[in-house]
Amino acid sequence: MSDANARIDALVKGNDVVLFMKGTALFPQCGFSSRAIAILDHLGVSYETVDVLQDQEIRQGIKEYSDWPTIPQLYVKGEFVGGSDIMMEMFESGELKTLVGADA
Amino acid sequence: MPMQAQEIEELIRAAIPDARVEIRDLAGDGDHYAATVTSSAFAGLPRVRQHQLVYKALGHRMGGELHALQLTTAIPQE
Repeated sequence: MSDANARIDALVKGNDVVLFMKGTALFPQCGFSSRAIAILDHLGVSYETVDVLQDQEIRQGIKEYSDWPTIPQLYVKGEFVGGSDIMMEMFESGELKTLVGADA
Repeated sequence: MPMQAQEIEELIRAAIPDARVEIRDLAGDGDHYAATVTSSAFAGLPRVRQHQLVYKALGHRMGGELHALQLTTAIPQE
């Protein structure tokens, strides 16, 4: 396992809800990341974010880790959930709330 | 170099032959698209895998020249 892979693995497994994104929760640097943050905030769940723009190794490594070409990427309880489109679909259907265990 | 909507559709249909593909140019700039892909190939697959099939069809373009594709996948209703 490469260094980047090990670091990603630790982040994914060490946090119940973690979003790999461009920018920070306060200042998302792309529309898709911004949408992902809006969804998580709306759910009222606590989450960690990782700014891939600050770390080229993680920016590349996360795409290989999940076999997924785009950022943002959401992980819940160690499992890759998907990008912002999937988050939106699952948010609208209520699946995401159930998955993250957010209160109604 | 932005991609044409038709090129996106052709790539998807080459990999997923029965796919029904609808593409909308969100910003009118040939760079921000929304695609709805409907195919029986998605049956029984979780959403992540459905999207992955489409991403695979688009290959290296996804996340590169095609950085903004809002994707919705669906299974055809009988």
